Formats: sequence, C-alpha cells, structure tokens
Amino acid sequence: MNPDTISNLFVFLLATFLGLEVIRRVSPLLHTPLMSLTNAISAIAVVGSLIIAGRSETTLSGVLGTVAVAASMVNIVGGYLITYRMVKMFKKREPKKP
Amino acid sequence: MNENVIHFVYLASVACFILSLKWLSAVPTARRGVTIGVLGMLLAVGGTLLDPSIEHYRYLAGAAVVGAIIGVPMAMMPMTAVPQRTALSHAFGALAAALVGTAEFYLRTPNLDHFTMVALTLEVILGALTITASLMAAGKLQELLPTRPIVFRNQNIVNLSVLGLAVVIGAILIVNPGLAWLFPIMLMLCIVFGVLLIMPIGGADMPTVLALLNSYAGLSASMMGFVLNNKLLIVAGALDGSSGLILSIIMCRAMNRSFGNVLFGAFGQVQTSAAATEQKPYRSASAEEAADLLSSASSVIIVPGYGMAVAQAQHKVRELFDVLTKQGCLVRFAIHPVAGRMPGHMNVLLAEADIPYDKLLEMDDANPEFPQTDVALVIGANDVTNPGARHEKGSPIYGMPILDVDKARTVMVIKRSMNPGFAGIDNELYYMDKTLMLFGDAKGFVGEVVKALASE
Repeated sequence: MNPDTISNLFVFLLATFLGLEVIRRVSPLLHTPLMSLTNAISAIAVVGSLIIAGRSETTLSGVLGTVAVAASMVNIVGGYLITYRMVKMFKKREPKKP
Repeated sequence: MNENVIHFVYLASVACFILSLKWLSAVPTARRGVTIGVLGMLLAVGGTLLDPSIEHYRYLAGAAVVGAIIGVPMAMMPMTAVPQRTALSHAFGALAAALVGTAEFYLRTPNLDHFTMVALTLEVILGALTITASLMAAGKLQELLPTRPIVFRNQNIVNLSVLGLAVVIGAILIVNPGLAWLFPIMLMLCIVFGVLLIMPIGGADMPTVLALLNSYAGLSASMMGFVLNNKLLIVAGALDGSSGLILSIIMCRAMNRSFGNVLFGAFGQVQTSAAATEQKPYRSASAEEAADLLSSASSVIIVPGYGMAVAQAQHKVRELFDVLTKQGCLVRFAIHPVAGRMPGHMNVLLAEADIPYDKLLEMDDANPEFPQTDVALVIGANDVTNPGARHEKGSPIYGMPILDVDKARTVMVIKRSMNPGFAGIDNELYYMDKTLMLFGDAKGFVGEVVKALASE
C-alpha cells in the first residue's frame, strides 16, 4: 500500500466524522434543502469526469467521461438552484402578530 | 508549480463545502451556505481545468451546456415534486460516478493495484445500483410505477443472491484485475439489483430510502477520489455520504424501524387482512360546525401529512392560518419527521405557502403542547397520529414515536373516507369521543372552513 492511500484513508475518516458532526446540527426544518445541497456537492464527481473526458485517452473513456460531465453538470446547476429557491422561502412571520 | 496551485485551489474548495453545510444548519445563515457552496464548486471545476493534461475543451463545454439545459428545469419543479426530483438527481450523480469508474477500469486494466481495485469496485457497485434504484424511486414517487410494495416469493433470497454474486465478482476482479470480461457482468448485476431493491419499498418508506441513496451517491464519489488519488473528491463525497447516513438514521428512528426492516421488510403487506373488522361508531361534522369550534379556540395545532401535499392544500391551509391568527388564535404546525415523502418535505411545502417557519414545530417540541391545545387539526396525516403505536403490541407501527394529537381537547381529522391509510392500519384516534371526522378533499374542505370563518 502506498503512502498516498494511507493519507487518503485518514482524510476519508476525518471527513466522515466531520460530516456527521456538522450535519447532526442541521435543523429538521431544513432537511429537504440539505438533501438537495449535498446532492449538488456530490456532483463533485465532475472533477473526475473532467479529468477522464479532458484526457480522452481512448474513445471509450472520452465518451463515458463526456456523458459523466453532462450528468454532473445537471446536479451542479439543478442542485444549487433549487436549494437556493427553497432556502429563500423560509421567512420569519411577515403577517402581523395578533 | 501548477500542480501546487491546483492543490491549494482544491483545499479552498473543501473549506467552502464544509462551511456551506455548516451554514445550512440554521435558516438565517442558510443562503450564505448555498452561495459558498457554489463558490466551492467553481473552485473545484476551475482548479481541475488548470491541469495541463486536460484538453478537448469544446467537448467539455458542450457537455456542460447540455447538463445545464437539463438542470435548470429540474430546479424549477414545484415543491410537491421535490422528492422525485431529488431521486432523479441521485441517479445523475451516481451515473457520473459509475461512468468514471468504468472508464478508469478499462483505461488501467490489468495494471491496477489491489487497493485501487477495492475502491473502484465499490465506486462502480454503489454507483450502478444507485442509478436504477433512484430511477425506480423517482418512478414510484411520480406514480409512474405502482406505489404499493411489489413482492414475490423468496424476494429477499433473490435480491441478496444478485447482490452477493456482484460482490463475489467484484472480489475476483480485486484479486485479478485482468479479467476484464467479468466487469460488465458485475455492472449488469448491480443495475438489476437497484431495481430489485426498490420494488418492495412502499411510499411511506421513501424518506429513508432517498436518504440512503443520497449516502450511496456520495460514497461512490468518495471512492472515485481513492481511485484518482484526489482528496477533494474524497472529502466532498464523504460529507455527502455522512449526510445521507444521518438522515436515514433519523428517519428510521422516527419510524422505530431498522435499516434492514425498511429495505427487506416490505412494510404494509402483512396488515391488510387485519384491517377489515367491525364498524365502530365515530362522529363526523360539517365545515360550518368545524369553523364554529375553531373560532372559539384560542390555540390550534395543525398536523399536516402527505395527504395535504397530494391535495395541494397548503395554500388553503395558509389562508386558514391567516384567518385564525387574525382572530387572536395561536396557530402552529406539528411536523413528524417522516411526514411527506422525503426528510423535511412538509416544512418546505409550508414555507412555500408563506407560513412563517417559527410556527413549525418539531415532534419533540410539539408533543408537550398538545394537552394545552384546544384543537388539533389533522390534515392528510394518519399513521403518525395513531395512539395505537403506544400500546398495541401486535401493530406494525408499535413503538413508533407519534404526535400526541389525542391529548388535545378536541381533535379534527380531515380525511377522504374511513379507509385505513398506507400501512392499512386502523387508527383508533378516529373513534375517540373527542374526535370529529371531517370528510372531504383537504383543499376543498379547508377552503369551506375558511369561508365559514371569514363570514362570521
């Protein structure tokens, strides 16, 4: 096992625990926006897609990578837009208090 | 030199994603959270494009434009359709991960070390099964597919053997990455397993399943990070994976069920026979009578459920909220964690209808309030209000935490008919002396109540 793998495992472990701690604090009020935001963040697969498509070492990898770029882009654009739309809807009272 | 720049850009991107999730935890900072999330993604994409080995910009740009063209309408869907939209986007995320994994495998076979192969296999298995599972979930939520659980004999054995076979092939590939012909077989098995996995899942379990698929899509991206030796992917994917995991644990806890029970339990099919028993007496009331009671109440808690979303009644409910509030009544909403078809679904629907979010109570905050409440008005919710969950040991929902609606002074339930709900379980709440059944379509009925209240 090379040293990169070990440090990657450390990073994975720490990120998972950090994620658990951060997400645990998210108010249930915002669980739906949370899901669409993490959806947008999981479109980070775009990085791998760009690398594979951009290098296009074989026709197969070029095609698969390009489709992957498009699929990730759907989530980046769609995910952030809908999260923003939802978050904007949460308002404090604007009708006058009795 | 360029290499280092990329690493620093990625580092900044990771910081943005963490802040993004942190700021999303509360409403006042949530918008900032989305903005910094966008920044994180821009940095990630920008940093990647700095890599000199990346060419073919024209194709990349073309693909990005196509993706954006599909993505924008997906963001404009109505809030009632958010669960199926979310399922669909899980499918896209998983598709990207599975495709990259597949491309990477064929590029590097047979020169893959065992550890990379472990990550790659996990990436492809999780990715491929999430594609079809998410599409199935979306189909069920959109009601293109039957929403009932579809069950057949030996279902669990069949399902597990399909997955088991895929894992065995994965293990063979890890040991011997040169056996490239096995790869498509593994891929196909996972695609089939995704379909099989969702077939027995009913509508009420969708929140858990959506959260779980969210987690899979994230983990798949994280595994891609191991394959490509890219820490940005590892972190962002892991954040996603843990988010999905937490949400599904919360959902399971809210139903008092285990993961295994949700995935392999085929909820609801057992109970249908027990539902048909003798007719018990119940009281019903008209919209005018309900309005009379509501106008003399000083506190009301509304309990919305999926039925409210189906009837598109949330805007009428907001009118009711306005009228009652104007009369000096304290109106709040009690929201069960699994109300609706995805985590937090009810909150978004009510927020969209302009109901202030500080009137939305979580279950633990709402339950102590019921005994001091004049009227609990249940709209389109059923199992989450069933007092039987507290004491009926034989009931499939026994032990599930419920909203203590029955402790309010008067209970009103808007319902189409006396038919039992999704789980096919009779709700003893309906036969209590203090309960009034209001029969009708949620939207129409609430509209009539509002009219009656306004004319007083």
